[in-house]
Amino acid sequence: MNTRLSAVIAMSSRYGTVARRAALAVVVVWLLVLPQLVDTYTLVLATQALVFGLLAVGVGVLTGHAGLATMGQVAPYAVGAYTTAWLTRHDITAGLLQLPAAALAGALFAAVTGIVVIRARGVVALMLTLAVGELTATAAVQWKEFTGGSDGVSTPPARIFPGGAELFDDQDIYLYVLVVALVVAGITALVLRSPAGLLLAGVRDNEDRMRAAGHPVDRYLLLTYTGAGAISGISGALLMTYARYVSPQDVGFDISALALLAVVIGGVRSTAGAFAGAGLIVFTRDKLGNWWPGHAPLFLGILFLIAVYLLPNGAAGVAQQLRSLADRMGLRVPGLVPRTPAAAGAGDGTVPASGAPVPEEADAR
Amino acid sequence: MDWLDAHLIPALDGVAYGMLLFVVAAGLTLAFGSGGVLNLAHGTVYAMGAYIAADIGDGSWGMLVLALAVGAAAGATSGGVLAVAVAPVARRGHLDQALLTFGIALVGGDMLVSYFGADQRQVAVPKALEDSVTIAGHQYPTYRLAFIGVAALLAGLGYWLLVRSTAGAAVRATTDDPEMVAALGLSPRVVHTATLVVAGALAGGAGVLGAPIITPSPETADTVMLWSLIIVVVGRLGSVLGALFAAIAVGEVQTLGVVLAPDLAPYLLFGAMGIALLVRSGSGILPEFAARARVLATRARALKGGGA
Repeated sequence: MNTRLSAVIAMSSRYGTVARRAALAVVVVWLLVLPQLVDTYTLVLATQALVFGLLAVGVGVLTGHAGLATMGQVAPYAVGAYTTAWLTRHDITAGLLQLPAAALAGALFAAVTGIVVIRARGVVALMLTLAVGELTATAAVQWKEFTGGSDGVSTPPARIFPGGAELFDDQDIYLYVLVVALVVAGITALVLRSPAGLLLAGVRDNEDRMRAAGHPVDRYLLLTYTGAGAISGISGALLMTYARYVSPQDVGFDISALALLAVVIGGVRSTAGAFAGAGLIVFTRDKLGNWWPGHAPLFLGILFLIAVYLLPNGAAGVAQQLRSLADRMGLRVPGLVPRTPAAAGAGDGTVPASGAPVPEEADAR
Repeated sequence: MDWLDAHLIPALDGVAYGMLLFVVAAGLTLAFGSGGVLNLAHGTVYAMGAYIAADIGDGSWGMLVLALAVGAAAGATSGGVLAVAVAPVARRGHLDQALLTFGIALVGGDMLVSYFGADQRQVAVPKALEDSVTIAGHQYPTYRLAFIGVAALLAGLGYWLLVRSTAGAAVRATTDDPEMVAALGLSPRVVHTATLVVAGALAGGAGVLGAPIITPSPETADTVMLWSLIIVVVGRLGSVLGALFAAIAVGEVQTLGVVLAPDLAPYLLFGAMGIALLVRSGSGILPEFAARARVLATRARALKGGGA
């Protein structure tokens, strides 16, 4: 495991970084010009995928980085969405005000519920987050004055700046959501790569050792849970901006499950992968699902089966997979050093003894 | 006595729901214990059994037995299919397995709706069980009472098999220490496959017998899955006895609990689950809250004393 991990790190630091940055830049440019490339329906779906992807980013922070698989991120997402709806109805329509308010509301909610959740691990934590999510969805049905009950609540369009033009055009909404999602995801990725992210990795991989070394593990986890709540709160605010409507159905158990699976499909520790997984789910359900109306679950199910069998490292691991496949077929991929005997052994499934030179193109599964 | 009289029927309903959910959840928890696979397609197998009962059953005993045989066989087959499907990802994490079994559940659910239709189905009950019996002055459906009996019998038999038979010993041993079982010449994978087949048959059979209680509809699979998941986690994953208590508790919360606390009804199930998990997980959070409250109370008293 250690050898594999260091192999991945070595690979990404030497060759991967440049290639990955280039790929990321291409994707961002593609996303920015997307309104010129696709029809309105696809653009609205892309907006939905970005909002859902940001929700998945929050799930990924907890599931992949903190090691707490969660089915409850719809709760701060709901808090963010209903807070935004409340603000909009009280004439605070500027997105630049709504976003921090929704983030704060989501973070506060997570800080309170997190006290309970971060005590548990594994499947118990998963069920506790499920309880938080379901209780929040139930509260959304019951608390009619604030949420409109099961009818939901709809709002007038938002603006970006106070007194600015209303966000009404699908292209404008898409670009606004895209920029916010990219900024939030970028900040998240930077924090996760900082020493703070390393501390979190330590907690995830060896909690006892971190505790023994004197790290306040509970505080780290609560902070992470709060941060993930802020991300999900922002995602809820964006939901209000593009859909201008939220009901308990938008924050139900199935959305939580899909967000978790989006992260698994994308690769649990990849921020970009969370968006990729979310995009795959939204397009499978709402675009492929349209080919045979009423059978969207079938397409989703097939997507999940394909993902399990063909993408063992998630969508984010595809590049590695292609590289190791090319390597196994004897192809030389530019930028890779020639195979060493140790690396050949790794490709065949035998793990070289630790201390041996790290094989650059080890099969990183 | 009045209280008992007023709440007898919901309490009995709770036992009926609980026993039904136990038969479903027992297979789930055993399959997890012996093979480490939390099968999210388990509720779909129940729904399949329930649809089969609605389709084949016509109110005669013969057809009920036929439906039971077909439902159990279909459930066992699905268990075998699942064992084959899970094998390639057995060494990967629980999340990958969740993705796989959830995918199977979605595909299976879609096939069920395509084949049996999207309507909620009514299920015919054998004529002899159609009426109600009088219990302490209350009318109660005979079928539910009979179901409680059958399920209790099934639970007893299953428990006896698990604790006393060689096959049961193999399952328990695989749960505890698969390497040791393998060293003794018994393949844990065979045990695991057999457990999944039996679990599937139990869920399918429970679907057939439980169809008049939790009726087949497109939502049935999700509902039963969610309740079973709560039961196996609250009852400790892998523990059959724990699942029994948790199942009865879930049944009672949904029936008796709703009667006792109607205002809180929508929050009851997940609220109770959260509290049960906090108490059970031994996370120490409840004692800690109590300790902090005591400290605060002492400080408040001290402040009052100082002010006076």
